[in-house]
Parts: sequence; structure tokens; C-alpha cells
Amino acid sequence: MVLLKPIQAAIGCIALGACLVWTGCSNIPEAGFGPRSVHAAVKPEHDRKTAPEFALKDSNGQTVHLADYKGKVVLLDFWATWCGPCKIEIPWFIEFEQQFKDRGFAVLGVSMDEDGWEAVKPYMEDLKINYRILLGNDQVSDIYGGVESLPTTLLIDRQGKIASVHIGLSRGKEEFRDDIDRLLGSSSASAGRALTSLTAAK
Amino acid sequence: MLVLAALSLPLQPQSKGVLSVSPVDKLTIQRGAAGEVKIIAQLQPGFHVNSNTPSEDYLIPLKLTWAKEPLQAEQVIYPKPQSEKYDFSPTPLSVFSGNFEIVTRFKAPADTRNGPAIMNGKLRYQACNNKECLPPRTIEIPVTVEIQ
Repeated sequence: MVLLKPIQAAIGCIALGACLVWTGCSNIPEAGFGPRSVHAAVKPEHDRKTAPEFALKDSNGQTVHLADYKGKVVLLDFWATWCGPCKIEIPWFIEFEQQFKDRGFAVLGVSMDEDGWEAVKPYMEDLKINYRILLGNDQVSDIYGGVESLPTTLLIDRQGKIASVHIGLSRGKEEFRDDIDRLLGSSSASAGRALTSLTAAK
Repeated sequence: MLVLAALSLPLQPQSKGVLSVSPVDKLTIQRGAAGEVKIIAQLQPGFHVNSNTPSEDYLIPLKLTWAKEPLQAEQVIYPKPQSEKYDFSPTPLSVFSGNFEIVTRFKAPADTRNGPAIMNGKLRYQACNNKECLPPRTIEIPVTVEIQ
């Protein structure tokens, strides 16, 4: 696994941009997730950038595109079986999947394990993971700016835009829960506003 | 000549990520005899690596391995691990942090060829701090050897 440093990541992104279905490096404001803890608040809608599209296999061998989740709020978690802080957060995400799935929410875990499903599948069973796990690779790491530190967790809004980025063990699950709730709610509020405008136009 | 001159100097190990390894002193060893090499590793403050005997199955151990020739690595001696508690683990973990040394005892086979040579080692590690982990990495460690 080759995980790039920020400048290398930027160069890699430029090269990859021509051949990947992707919206551009500049869409990742936090390019080069180096070894540092970052816990960004949910950004205002006009400041959000489109999450890069990817196609990765899940544990059943099915190809999953991020675009499949458009219209949902997605918690995208880059993790690995050897990552202790990731192991703390996974039960939170299991809980969120259960709590919010009926409101248009989904967790996607992207494992960065070199040993692939051989390492990941038993771990999924041990922790009783109830959300979809995908096997990551260098390409997806690159298009997300060179994911180096794990866990790295992004909250993606219903429009497929990155609302917040958390690098490292979060301060607590309530921090995520509030952000998810806000994104689920804000979408309803936006939809409500749109409906009001339409009604007014008639 | 250039190769011979280069072999008389300590070779610089690759440094990757938060762990670096100092250049290793040249080892002069007699055929049929034993000798030691000391690897000095430095970790960036705040980071740790799992020891060679991690306390949890899911953790990746630190491991120093050597090529099969020209010398035979008979024993790798790791430092005594520290037991440290981190935010992400309910129990203390077996780790190395700061500066630490790993000693390898080599034997030069009696039938090995005299002269300068390189002994290649690999140090694999996986580092974390209190909040986040970095992917496993491998540092190449070339050691200049003079077999007499």
C-alpha cells in the first residue's frame, strides 16, 4: 500500500484526474490527511465540495459506487483492522446505522487493510458490523487526498457533498450524532423550503 | 573502486513516516565467527509502535528480518516493551516509543566469501498516537559488512 504525502498526493491526483471518474482534487479541501487530529464542524452548504466518486467491491463481491447513495446522508469511514482508534468508533457507527437508516442515512466503511477480505471478514463478524464494508485501495486513498491517518471519517450530505471531515478518534459519538442529525434535518428543511417556493410560485 | 569506497561507509537506511533508523555501523566479521549489529530507531514524539509482541491479536508487531546471506541472522533481540495506556484501548498496550535499539547476532558461515558485502534488513512497523494510526511501513536497512 502506497499512501502519499500531501504534495505527492496532489501530483498523483493531477495524474489520476484524467483517467478517473472524478470531480477534481480541488474538491477535497483537506487534501493530504497527514498524522494530525482534525474534527471539522459541518460546513455551510455553499462551502461544501463534491465527494469524489469511486467504485469499490463490498464483502459480497458487489461493486458499490458512491453515486448509488445520492439522496442519502453517508458516513464514509476509512479504517483498518489494525487501527485501535477505529475499533472504538465502529460500535458508534453500528448504532448510527441502526438509528438513522430509515431517515435516509447509510454508513460505508472503507477498509485499508493490505491483507484484504482475509483480514476484514472475520473482523466484521467479530464486531457484528451491520453496515456495508468496502475494500479500499491506493486509488481511492489518492482521490480523497491521500488518506494517511486512520480513522478518517467524512460526512457526505444528500447532494453528495462533503459536509465535514474527522481525522483521528473523535471526541465522542455525540459529535457525530449531532452532525448526522443536523444533515438529515437540514435536508428536510431544504426540501421544505423548496416546496414552499414552488407553492408560492403557483 | 567506487563500490568498494562506498562499502567502507555506513549505508543510510530509508526513513519512512514517523520512524527513522540511524546509519548502521560497519560490521567486520571473521569467517566462522559471530558478530552483532545494533539498529537505533527514533520515533517522532507522541507516536508509538507496537512491540514485537503486541498485547492484542489485531495489532501489527514490529519485526526486523534479514536476508539469508551473506551472513546468517541467528538472533534478533528487541528491547523490553513498555506498557502504555491510550485513549483507544481499555487495557495497556505493549509498545516501543522514543528511541530504542534492536540488536541482531550474526554468524558468518565458514564457507562464505571474503571481502566487502551488504547485508540487507527490513524493519516493518505500524505506528499510532493517542488518536490515530498510520499504515504499516517497511524500512530497508542495508548494513556494510567486511568478511575476513
